[in-house]
Amino acid sequence: MKIAVCIKRVPDMDGRFAIAADGKSLDASGLKYDISDFDGYAVEVALQLNEKQGPGETVVISLGPDGVAETLRKALGIGVDRAVHLQAAEVPFDGSAIATALAAELRDGGYDLILFGRMATDSGNQSVAPMTAQMLGLPCVTAVSKLEITGGRGKAERQLEGASETVEFPLPALVSIDEGVARPRLPSLKGIMAAKKKPLEVRPAQLEPPRLVVVKMELPADRPPGRIVGEGAAAVPELIRLLHEEAKVL
Amino acid sequence: MADTFAFAESRGGELRKVALETVAAARQAADSTGGGQVTALLIGALGIAAKAPQLAKVGADVVVVVEHAGLARYSPEVFAATTAMQLKAGGHRAGFFSASAEGRDLAPRVAAILGVSLASDLTSFALDGDTLTGKHPTHTGKVITAISLSGTPAIATLRPGAIRVFDAPKTGTVQAAQPAIDPATAQVVVTAVGAKGDTKLDLGDAPVIVSGGRGLKEAANFKLVEDLAAAFGNAAVGATRAVTDDGWRDPSTQIGQTGRIVSPELYIAIGISGAIQHLAGMRTSKVIVAINRDKDAPIFKIADYGIVGDLFEIVPTLTEAVKKARQ
Repeated sequence: MKIAVCIKRVPDMDGRFAIAADGKSLDASGLKYDISDFDGYAVEVALQLNEKQGPGETVVISLGPDGVAETLRKALGIGVDRAVHLQAAEVPFDGSAIATALAAELRDGGYDLILFGRMATDSGNQSVAPMTAQMLGLPCVTAVSKLEITGGRGKAERQLEGASETVEFPLPALVSIDEGVARPRLPSLKGIMAAKKKPLEVRPAQLEPPRLVVVKMELPADRPPGRIVGEGAAAVPELIRLLHEEAKVL
Repeated sequence: MADTFAFAESRGGELRKVALETVAAARQAADSTGGGQVTALLIGALGIAAKAPQLAKVGADVVVVVEHAGLARYSPEVFAATTAMQLKAGGHRAGFFSASAEGRDLAPRVAAILGVSLASDLTSFALDGDTLTGKHPTHTGKVITAISLSGTPAIATLRPGAIRVFDAPKTGTVQAAQPAIDPATAQVVVTAVGAKGDTKLDLGDAPVIVSGGRGLKEAANFKLVEDLAAAFGNAAVGATRAVTDDGWRDPSTQIGQTGRIVSPELYIAIGISGAIQHLAGMRTSKVIVAINRDKDAPIFKIADYGIVGDLFEIVPTLTEAVKKARQ
């Protein structure tokens, strides 16, 4: 199958963030970047599908500034065949603007399957995949935690609140991947060497003016420092009293 | 005066709590502009119209009901086309959806059909002239991003539990409508919905959540967590990713950055050290209680109340005490 995976380069979420002087972006100093978690699962799903189902092509596409090339190379290093960098000074916060640019790239690509991660771990909008599908007129299933493709049809499972949904659909289709489907593989030295010879195409992203913009970023107020009520089962009566009288939740 | 719209989510013929939240948000938005009309859209199998009065009670002036034998389950294409058609026909200033699994699937499709953008997962919002402003926890909850959305209708998804629901009784005039496309022609078909412990409260609806981690040592010991939840009577059981990865608990109960994000009145963490991944899913809970053997565990830094010690001794005592307090 010809599979495209749309990925986003995001800051490492394990670190501490600081707000930049403009008050509406992150202070970039000291930030490390990598592929968004869910997008990493999507790349792995694509690689496994093409390994199982015989000859195919896996293409990764990412929109963003120059640094994106490093993330794309990393994907080439674990077995992706080709990469496309849609160049932009920054990634807009507006999911619709991103979807429009990606749809323009994907439209005539002849892909059997287009994969996304469920959401980017930085902006957390979870809007680009279904918007792109709508723009391309493709069947779409979001946030799938299981995926089977057989005979030109797909079967997926989605987690709902307290339940799960089984969904069936024809290809070509667009699917966004949740956790649980596949664990990303690590690059090998051989893979990294081979990646240097693989094609990485660069073209400007066709971005519209954004309609959703960030006006301010703040760090959440810290919770008041924790309090140890006591040790062992002997502390239970005091905990019950505090929950009842102070927190008023019991 | 702005007319607003709410998508009222249901499952298995029952309204979900988030349906009331989206109607409450639409009411709040309409009233903030001097009182427009609120329209709620209810889509489901035959008989779903019976739920309309519940939407009227929290502020819906009109409930558009789309009943169809082929719509007992969610159908992304039919729901998106129908919702977009209703939103457009009503000339609404704003449309609200829940940032639930269904709402997050549906709202972006509707926005794309209408050629507008979308604000996601808002914890607060305001209609402000030509824009909708709001706050959205981003970067796994480590940053609060204030956004501004232009365009009409302004489409937004709202974080479950973030919007308070008040009684605001309105007439709730029911208007029957047809699906915008024939459900039989949909390409994407939900063929089954498997409920998990459907008699129990969902994590998003429960005022109290009791969660367990690796400190429980083995799957069978989750009985302690379940007993404590049962003692509260209004509690759901959650778990850490370590535990769901190991198959001790169902993945749908995972609380954290990559699982459910919850904000209950009371969150009790049992045998949970407090990895960043987990804290991202529960740090906005109103009151946090932690029980852990290690006094230096990160969970104690954010817990309002902590007890250090052996959970196998503490939890049964707590369960008995809660039972007594609840009598």
